[in-house]
Amino acid sequence: MPESSLEIKDTSCSSSRYRMSSLRQYSQSSVLPLPMTRNPYTMPTISAFCTEDNVSECISYINREVSSLGFPLLCTESNNGPELNLVAVLNNVYNLLQLHRRCLQTVEDIEVEQVKSNSNMDYLQLSNTRLKDQLELSKRENTGLLERERQLQLKVKSLHNCLKNEKEEVQKLQSIIASRATQYNHDMKRKEREFGKLKERLNQLLIDKKDKKQTFEVLNYVGRSDGKRSLWKTGKTEARHEGEMYKTLLNDYDSRHKDLLMENAELKKVLQQMKRDMVTILSPRKPSQSGEKHDDSLEQTSSEEDEVCDSSRESLELSCEHAREQLTNSIRQQWRRLKSHVERLDSQASLVGERANMNAIPKEVHEEEMDRLKLEIQQYKDFIHTQQQLLQQQLNSPCDDETASLLNDCYMQEEKERLKEDWKSFEEKRKNFEAERRNFTEAAIRLSHERKAFEEDRATWLKHQFLNLTPFGDQMKPQMSKSQSALSGWAESEVRPMSTPAKLNKSLSHTAFSTSRASPAKTPSTADLYRTHRLIPEKSPSTIHPKQDSSILRNDDVPAQLRHVNGGANCRAYTFTGDRIGSI
Amino acid sequence: MNFSEVFKQSNQLCRVSPDGKYLATCVQYRLVVRDVNTLQILHLYTCLDQIVHMEWSSDSLFILCAMYKRGLVQVWSLEQPDWYCKIDEGSIGLVSSRWSPDGRHILNTTEFHLRVTVWSLCTKAVSYIKYPKACQKGIDFSRDGCYMALAERRDCRDYVSVFVCDDWHLLRHFETETQDLAGVEWSPNGCVLAVWDSCLEYKVLLYSLDGRLLSTFSAYEWSLGIKSLAWSPSSQFLAIGSYDGKVRILNHITWKKVTEFDHPASINNTKAVVYKEVERKPVVGSADLSIQQHITMGSTLFNTQSKYEICPLPVQVPVVKPDLDRANPKVGVSSMAFSSDNRYLATKNGGFQVQSVTWHCSGDSLILLGKEQLCLCYMEVGEEEEEDDDVK
Repeated sequence: MPESSLEIKDTSCSSSRYRMSSLRQYSQSSVLPLPMTRNPYTMPTISAFCTEDNVSECISYINREVSSLGFPLLCTESNNGPELNLVAVLNNVYNLLQLHRRCLQTVEDIEVEQVKSNSNMDYLQLSNTRLKDQLELSKRENTGLLERERQLQLKVKSLHNCLKNEKEEVQKLQSIIASRATQYNHDMKRKEREFGKLKERLNQLLIDKKDKKQTFEVLNYVGRSDGKRSLWKTGKTEARHEGEMYKTLLNDYDSRHKDLLMENAELKKVLQQMKRDMVTILSPRKPSQSGEKHDDSLEQTSSEEDEVCDSSRESLELSCEHAREQLTNSIRQQWRRLKSHVERLDSQASLVGERANMNAIPKEVHEEEMDRLKLEIQQYKDFIHTQQQLLQQQLNSPCDDETASLLNDCYMQEEKERLKEDWKSFEEKRKNFEAERRNFTEAAIRLSHERKAFEEDRATWLKHQFLNLTPFGDQMKPQMSKSQSALSGWAESEVRPMSTPAKLNKSLSHTAFSTSRASPAKTPSTADLYRTHRLIPEKSPSTIHPKQDSSILRNDDVPAQLRHVNGGANCRAYTFTGDRIGSI
Repeated sequence: MNFSEVFKQSNQLCRVSPDGKYLATCVQYRLVVRDVNTLQILHLYTCLDQIVHMEWSSDSLFILCAMYKRGLVQVWSLEQPDWYCKIDEGSIGLVSSRWSPDGRHILNTTEFHLRVTVWSLCTKAVSYIKYPKACQKGIDFSRDGCYMALAERRDCRDYVSVFVCDDWHLLRHFETETQDLAGVEWSPNGCVLAVWDSCLEYKVLLYSLDGRLLSTFSAYEWSLGIKSLAWSPSSQFLAIGSYDGKVRILNHITWKKVTEFDHPASINNTKAVVYKEVERKPVVGSADLSIQQHITMGSTLFNTQSKYEICPLPVQVPVVKPDLDRANPKVGVSSMAFSSDNRYLATKNGGFQVQSVTWHCSGDSLILLGKEQLCLCYMEVGEEEEEDDDVK
């Protein structure tokens, strides 16, 4: 913070405009708004700080701030009140500007530094990742090299062993060679000595030339040891010798063959005995075995039986190779089974032994465990029993067919009821539709008839009108009124059809759900219909009037029905009539 | 045991006659025949030179006395003391002389093994057999005395000739596949001839009587091979003792190895019973003896008062490390003997000072003959007992 005293430049506009509130507002926010840091070159408009009203407060505030910064005070107390020291103000401004510039500079520097450090960081990160990759790679290489080294060491070891073996062998061979060499030398020396002796002897003989002949002196020849005379060497004797030689050989072979046969027979007997024993040892296990073993043993027994049968045959064909093979195979099979059986027993025994060994020490613990387990088992059993009883009760509880069936279908009951109702309504509707259809057809027929009648009426009326131009007009009036009323009735009927579809629709929807309101519909007879349509001449005109009351209803009926006809083939519920009555 | 008085003898020539009635001993150039029971001198014969070899004939009627230096063989008769027979080989020399099994022929091998002369005492016939081989055991007679097998070598190849002893007719002559044939031996039943190679090669060839090769057996190569061979009396087994200290037994049906016995320096076999001679005198070492089925011989030493005690296993047999640099080193199984009932095999391994091992014909006792001592071993079923006799 610059210590030099500054004087604030008094902005002329600001001295007069001054408000406490705005001052407080700005003094409260000790940190000035940020636009400063973002864009140092555009000064925010701080027009609101000092106004003409709050000049003194501004000055005092600025004084305080400036003094805190170490700059000379803006204004000095004088007689007339606080006066602004222009120089001080200018100085302060200048100082502040310097300060600001410096701040900006530092900010710039800092930003530059930040950028630098950012780039440094980026660079460092990059290099970091690169180095990590390198490290990874080198680690992998290292492991690979270690692996290779290990393998090479193994190889070296094996080669060492080979070398050792080879060396040993070489030594052995060397010793052998040495011994052989000594032997050879020894023999060679012996032979040389003999040779030398031979040479000497030869020399001696050649020199001496005294060849002492062999002599044989005997008093008398002795008889042969076996007493026989010696024979001359002839071909016969030679043959005899040969024969004798072969005889000896054959005798020897015979005896050997016999021995071998006997041995074979004995061994076969032993084998068969062994087989039988093995079969008997293995077979009693059958009933005590579990299911799968049972099947297994069944197969075994069947094969054993076969083998037993075979063995009887075998004894007949002892020398047959096939039989021999069979016997040995069966023996091997039995032996394998026996072995597996013994192994199983052994393992069981060892397990038992192990268990015994294991539990030798914590015997009490074992017993405790056993008791506890037994208790648990008993509890579970009771539980299961009770459950079973409850279940039985449930199943055996008495109920009638109704309730039973109700119970059975309790969930569907509501649905069923609704369904029944729907069915009923549908049935009714169907009937109604059919009736209506009939009615419509009838009505159509009637309509055609009526039209005809109407046309005829019109024709007659016109005729009458034409004729009424004559003085005979009064007699025709009551008929006219009738037809007028019919026409009016028709006119009425023609007005209403427009409104009927909607009403019909409404009433249809109503009737679908309010079946209770459905009044039993009556189809008026054809006679009534004709009467209403006044197609059938009434018995008397006077009867028309009392019937008017009753026919009013029917009149309404007719228009409804006619309306129906006009409405086309719309099948509506006949109950509309009732409604129509209601609606009218 | 009673001892007779000591009689003089030379060259260890002291033979009991095959029929067991007479005892013949040689004293320098004199042949003394005594009665076995009374030891009375029955006959006294004088030979022309120092007797080197003396042999009874198979029927105990004649005694052969050979004097190799002079090349003389003299035959004496027991029935007729006046009878004489002298064979002078002359300048051709004499290396060995033996009886034929029938007791009427004498086979003389000349010097340098030039030929074998068969002299007959019955006829004037003389047979010559050329090129006999000078080896460990070149001649062998079959037990029934019908055939003789002779090893020959000509043109650097080995041959075997089978002769009929009746008239010395050459029955078969075949070449053998040996490098250097060392010996021939008939099986006791006379049907198989075992032929083995010299110690430089381990090879045993088995030939049938009619000269067919039945089988070959070779346990290993290069090291020194067979040292000794023995047939079992029933001809079922052939025991081969080799320089590696092992005995291999072959069976007569397949001629394959049935088993092999080792002579370990430390006996650990629980079935072995080792008898140790306990000496009073601490100077000399001890002798270990007697294993039930498989016997390793030890040296028996002179001791007037010694007894045998059973050693606890394992027993370290004292082994003298022989000089391997010399030829025919004193290693390996040098002698073997089957007992006559085929139950036991006695073997001698290494440099033990046992000259011979002989079974009694009943098969239940064994005599070990050392240089200066002998030892009788009695085998009993399950147990063993021993007696020790010292003969100076």
